Amino acid sequence: MKLQFAERPERSLARQVILPLAAVVVTLGITSTAVVGAGANPLTAFRKILFTPLSSRFGWFEMLVSATPLILTGTAVVVAFSCGYYSIGAEGQLTAGAITATWVGIRLGGWPTPLAIVAMVGAGALGGVLWALPPALLRVRFGIDEVVTTLLLNPVATLVVSGLLNGPWRNSTTHYPESDPIAGPARLPRLFDRSRLHLGLILAVAVAVAVWFVLSRTVTGLRARAIGQAAHAARFAGLRVERTMLGAALASGAIAGLAGMNDVAGTQFKLSEGLADGKGYTGIVIATLAGLTIVGVVGGAILLGLVKMGSTSASRSLGVPSQIAEIITGCLLLVTVALMVLKRYRIRLVRGGGRR
Amino acid sequence: MSFALDVAAATLRLGTPLALGASGEVICERAGVLNLGIEGTMYAGAFFGFLAAYETGSVWWGVPVGVAVGVAAGWLLSWFVVTLGVSQHTAGLGLTLGLIGVCDFVNRLVVSKNSSALAKIRPFGQWDPFGWGGVFQQYWLTYVTFLVLVPMVAVLMRRTSFGLAVTAVGENPEAADVAGIDVARVRRRALLLGGGLMGLAGAFITLFQVGSFTLDIVNGRGWVCLALVIFGRWRPWPAVLGGVLFAAVTALQFRLRILSGWSGVPFELLLALPFLVTILALAVSGRGARYPGAYLKPYRRH
Amino acid sequence: MRPPEADHPPAVRLSGITKRYGGLVANDQVSLHVERGEILGLLGENGAGKSTLMRVLYGLTTPDAGSIEVDGHPVRMSSPAAARRAGIGMVTQHFSLVGPMTVAENVTLGATPRWIDRRALESSVRQAAERVGLPVDPTRRIDDLGVGERQRVEILKALVNDCRVLILDEPTAVLTPVEVVGLFATIRRLTEAGLAVVIISHKLHEIRALCDRVAVLHRGRLVGTSSLSDVDDDELVALMVGGHHSTVPTERTEPPTEQPAAEPAPGKRLAHPERSDTALAVAAVVVEAPGSGGRRVLDRVTIAVGRGEIVGVAGVSGNGQTELVEVLCGMRRVASGSVHVGATNVTNASPAQVIAAGLGRLAEDRHGAIVPELSVAHNLVLERLGQFRRGWRLDETAITRHAERMIEQFAIRAEPHTRLGTLSGGNMQKVLLARMLSGDPVGLVVAQPTRGLDLHATAYIRAQLVAARQRGAGILLVSEDLDELLSVADRLVVLSEGRIAGELAAAQATAETVGAIMAGAA
Repeated sequence: MKLQFAERPERSLARQVILPLAAVVVTLGITSTAVVGAGANPLTAFRKILFTPLSSRFGWFEMLVSATPLILTGTAVVVAFSCGYYSIGAEGQLTAGAITATWVGIRLGGWPTPLAIVAMVGAGALGGVLWALPPALLRVRFGIDEVVTTLLLNPVATLVVSGLLNGPWRNSTTHYPESDPIAGPARLPRLFDRSRLHLGLILAVAVAVAVWFVLSRTVTGLRARAIGQAAHAARFAGLRVERTMLGAALASGAIAGLAGMNDVAGTQFKLSEGLADGKGYTGIVIATLAGLTIVGVVGGAILLGLVKMGSTSASRSLGVPSQIAEIITGCLLLVTVALMVLKRYRIRLVRGGGRR
Repeated sequence: MSFALDVAAATLRLGTPLALGASGEVICERAGVLNLGIEGTMYAGAFFGFLAAYETGSVWWGVPVGVAVGVAAGWLLSWFVVTLGVSQHTAGLGLTLGLIGVCDFVNRLVVSKNSSALAKIRPFGQWDPFGWGGVFQQYWLTYVTFLVLVPMVAVLMRRTSFGLAVTAVGENPEAADVAGIDVARVRRRALLLGGGLMGLAGAFITLFQVGSFTLDIVNGRGWVCLALVIFGRWRPWPAVLGGVLFAAVTALQFRLRILSGWSGVPFELLLALPFLVTILALAVSGRGARYPGAYLKPYRRH
Repeated sequence: MRPPEADHPPAVRLSGITKRYGGLVANDQVSLHVERGEILGLLGENGAGKSTLMRVLYGLTTPDAGSIEVDGHPVRMSSPAAARRAGIGMVTQHFSLVGPMTVAENVTLGATPRWIDRRALESSVRQAAERVGLPVDPTRRIDDLGVGERQRVEILKALVNDCRVLILDEPTAVLTPVEVVGLFATIRRLTEAGLAVVIISHKLHEIRALCDRVAVLHRGRLVGTSSLSDVDDDELVALMVGGHHSTVPTERTEPPTEQPAAEPAPGKRLAHPERSDTALAVAAVVVEAPGSGGRRVLDRVTIAVGRGEIVGVAGVSGNGQTELVEVLCGMRRVASGSVHVGATNVTNASPAQVIAAGLGRLAEDRHGAIVPELSVAHNLVLERLGQFRRGWRLDETAITRHAERMIEQFAIRAEPHTRLGTLSGGNMQKVLLARMLSGDPVGLVVAQPTRGLDLHATAYIRAQLVAARQRGAGILLVSEDLDELLSVADRLVVLSEGRIAGELAAAQATAETVGAIMAGAA
């Protein structure tokens, strides 16, 4: 037996709405085997992961806290991918942004808060840009595949963090491998009492809206999209492909760097190992699920933020390891891209097709 | 000189997983499929190989289990990129993320459930078939890799009809199809074979080198293999040679750490050195690299 | 050459083959047979379903209905492998060769022994090549071969596989006249040994020169089969176009009277109009193939196009036409020589600079010039975004207004916000034509403007080119279609192996004179 594909003549709206829902249901179906393997009831587990957190004000705020960096990494990936630059380096750029933000943050004692925050934003963005620069230059100058080079820089960023934390940046009082705390003014202000929700959310949404505006409403955005969808045609039409792509790559790095700054200045207040925790890779998942739309990125970030946070809290009460979140994330990506193909094509099962 | 011999011996040990992973990736990419699942496949080979050894108490079980997990990962990827034809970037990355998630999950559930102590197995010892010591003091899988597996991959690609078919479907699947080659089947087999080698690469790390499983067990070495394939221009031996060079830099920095004068440099920064050297090597050798003609492209008859 | 006797079952019999693509019926109940030792011509316009039918026979396309018999036995052509086992070989229109592999590897691809001994492989391929009279060096890489040699490899590949029915899809499209003669001789020799041949073509004279029998397809239906001695050309043309003669304007449009370069002498003399009158010019341009160690794809090519003039570039594709167009479009660098648009030097300039100098470009591959995911309106302004902005922002109102004007002016069947990728080939080409002409260019480079288009769109686009000339633009028209060149161009240059092989006034150009120039250069 063999699958055969015939392109569907029409694209129905119903399918576009049903698809994401179907992807979530299928993903939960597949991952429930892992839950059962852990000896828990899948229905209980998914209720605890997806719904229980939303029964309290605290839960809603925590969900948004964990969605904030994902909005930024997802947006960063949208910027790069829209221009046809397949950077998989958000993880390393986030880490680099966290490093520079920490370096600056420790030194901002006594600064007025608004000024300190501007400095932090600048520092985070700069770190991301610096980490994004070498692969971007190699790509536009020499045509070296950015997928591999951006990937290779991710473990380097992690190693730099542990080098710093086990060496010069080791905490001066506790001697733990973590940095000294950043200064008070450098910390992003809380938005509400009794909640960790901080200014980073507003910053992330503002960045997302700005990116949406640039991509859909400006000359630069149209150039970037034309290059991303048909680089040859764009070059033929006189667009400067290399320059635009370099710009997109660096902007993407800056936004990913902001995500690192967000973690340092919004929740951790210090640099620690494992800070990135896959959030850069999750950004790629979110951007892909969103079909590179900003609305989709915000929605996807909130969903996966909820999964991450719900899995952590459910792991304590149910004995299902919190790594279930990573399984759900990876699985959701694969299921969604598979369903996207199935949506575009009508699939028939053909008996014995093409076989002896 | 014992310093040089030490470095050479360590180079071969450290180069073994890279040689295996890069050979596997060469097969996949020559068939036109970028296997970004390599990092996850090596991770899964490392974990499940370790798990099998841990649960059975016999390290020998780990080897076939590691290979089998790699083959299964290759099959899964083939379903996405060959059967469905989804983006190879997305499917490969999704596979890596999913496999790492599954391994960490099972690790937490089975291996490190209650105790905080690191679970350990007794790894394979070193083997010196000639009794010459020094560089010849190696693991048996290192011998098998460099004297059997890599030559076999090279011969497979160069001297068999399968290798010819792999090259054909990777360069011009339409032409292969017209010539009566089942493009999907050849690509799937390339992914299964490549996946098996990647799984073995991962298993080597836990079963031979380390004897335990930690979350940074692969730590980007899968990505290094991707670079090695470009560096070696999609040929097995040059890619493996690149892996040996990477291992040599790694081995050298291990030794440098012991020497005086280097104590001020955090060793993690030295650990990053091979990655930077790899990027540099890519920058020099990757210019004008000729990718397989059907790289990243799914094939479907119209 | 006649089929030996009639009581044999035919080599191949197709019965009731039907293939639909969505609403389009590519083959509608087609039944056809070929005898052993016979050459059957499959004639029809572009898109008549000839290639689809043969792809069905070769197992590359699964039909919706119908059956196939080989030597009287029903066979299911589920894949090319099955077709090859049944003794069917095919040379596809775009060659199916693997560039980096050797001739020997390509010839034996799909039928290689499990273990490859390259020496033995090469000597067996060399022997097979000599046996069928198609000499090629089995050790050479396909990438290093010319098109004629590649075609020999393709035919050899089909023949070594014990092929009894050979399908050739438009085999002459890439060949020079001399090579065509050689190919036809080879085909005739092969049929004497009993091989059945089906040759797809839309060129009547070729079918008449080679075939025993002809089958005519029109819009997917078989509209007639006949022995060639029983029909004349007019009847065949009538069948091909469905009872009507061609509606493409082949009568010449008179060039403007003030045109100075309208009566160049034939032969190799090059016309050099006054500098200020020149719309675009390439002078002694040399382009080297990348990584070839200096092999020249264009060798000191000099062409000047005056204002109000259409200069046609004739020749078989693959002789430097693509590179010439790319050089002018700013997409390829020259090793030496100069390129001018009007009085502006655009040698090795970027596409943006070339456009700014006043050059309009219609690329050979229209899919390489459009952004399918963007709207018609956005594609129309892509070359001149600077004029449609308000500060940072896109001036969407102006963009839409511009698109509406272009859609009306060029009769494009689309809305401004339709995704360009959903349009038909003809409408896409009109969008590109509109984009090119809306900049009011002094010079135009137009490559294969009507390839694959229906008659209506073809006529429209040719008329627009003539109108642009009337407005004073100088046009360099590169086309494989000699009829097209003869119908609109004022003068022709013939490009062969990267050199200008000759030049002649359109009035003196015929298929024979142009062919003679190409042959002289070969």
